[in-house]
Amino acid sequence: MTTKQTVKVTVNGIAYERQVEPRLTLVDFLRHELHLGGTHVGCEHGVCGTCNILVDGKAVRSCLMLAVQVDGESLTTVEGLRNRDTGDLHPIQQAFVDEHGLQCGFCTPGFLMTTLELLRDNPNPSEADIKDALGGNLCRCTGYEAIMKSVRLAAKRVQEGQDIGLTHTD
Amino acid sequence: MKPAPFDYYSPDTLEEAVALLAKLENEDLDAKILAGGQSLMPMLSLRLARPDALVDLRKIGALDYIREDGDTIAIGAMTSKSAAEDSDVIRTRQPLFHEATLLVGHRQIRNRGTVGGSFAHAEPTAEYGAAAMVLGMDMKVVGPNGERIVPAKDFYVTYLTADIDSTEILTEVRLPVLKKGTGWSFQEMSRRQGDHALAGAAVTLRLVGGVCKDVCIAVFGVNASPTRLAEAEAFITGKAATEDNAREAGRVGADGLEEPMSDVHATAQYRRGLIATLVARCLVEAASRAS
Repeated sequence: MTTKQTVKVTVNGIAYERQVEPRLTLVDFLRHELHLGGTHVGCEHGVCGTCNILVDGKAVRSCLMLAVQVDGESLTTVEGLRNRDTGDLHPIQQAFVDEHGLQCGFCTPGFLMTTLELLRDNPNPSEADIKDALGGNLCRCTGYEAIMKSVRLAAKRVQEGQDIGLTHTD
Repeated sequence: MKPAPFDYYSPDTLEEAVALLAKLENEDLDAKILAGGQSLMPMLSLRLARPDALVDLRKIGALDYIREDGDTIAIGAMTSKSAAEDSDVIRTRQPLFHEATLLVGHRQIRNRGTVGGSFAHAEPTAEYGAAAMVLGMDMKVVGPNGERIVPAKDFYVTYLTADIDSTEILTEVRLPVLKKGTGWSFQEMSRRQGDHALAGAAVTLRLVGGVCKDVCIAVFGVNASPTRLAEAEAFITGKAATEDNAREAGRVGADGLEEPMSDVHATAQYRRGLIATLVARCLVEAASRAS
């Protein structure tokens, strides 16, 4: 019934191979099989957005995917944001620090990954664009205003020439 | 692990997938098709669905396309909703379908959720249901006995049930492009942006000599399946789309509805009132876009 299947996947530029049950969700795979705990588990049914990661460059809910579905794919998680060579925070992370875009930090990995997709595709987002993008992420601490400020600051820095590309290649 | 155990298959071709579904059916196993999984995965995690097997269509690249075929746009079932959202063809040639796509969930859901998956799931609050009814879309379904085309009006059976047999796969949806001069509108009400709609409406119409012609009105999120409002269409046909006429058409349409759904989010009475309002707003907006 639950024959294990092989999953070969690249996460933040590193190749992994694991044998998993088909019913294992992608977020549980990241946390329990690959020990990448940065991606958080919130509602587990696609509402809160804290488990957002990039699959093939697109932001998705990792609780709404199975690990077996990413066999052969390339993923980016929050662990992939920090600069590998210098250890510096990613410009989006730094903007969240500078504008106090988090309190408890539980929702933050999802907001960061959502913002990464937003600013990569649209470096000059309007207020409506930002609200639309962040609409799929819940935060229970900040009241969102500080998160909005963080994204605006990150966008400003991208426009001023900061690169939000990642140092690993995948 | 939250979902109950199941076997997982990811066939490479449509033929293999159809054969696999037939084989599982013969073995009396309950198989579900996994397209984007944005509705199925929560159902699995909540154990509302406990299939014996999942057949994932993700490797069937031949089902991922948006093609213009004369005055028809054909969308492969495995095309993501964000691909539909980003498609210039859909945005410029069938803006009503484009607007409906934008209202589905959030970008992260649309990145993964597929066009075909949404139609096959037949969720009563799905925007695409109303789009299908006003546009007169056709669904292409493939099974062991070949393919058949199901028009939208016959496609929706009841809650979460479309006219697709357990051994069949929805492979393509076909929509006519918006005819020149046709006005359109698509509106819904949800508690928060990206949430399931409490209810919504879609309208297409033409204006001839200042009065409404060829009016199509469909609503969703109200009954088990998306519904055309024939009485409201008849009422507004031949009349100008003034605020008063639109409001009266909305009332006629809402009064003619079967008893709407009632849940913790909205009562039946609220939904009926909402439909009257949304239909009126859609008629006025559609008329303003007609030429």
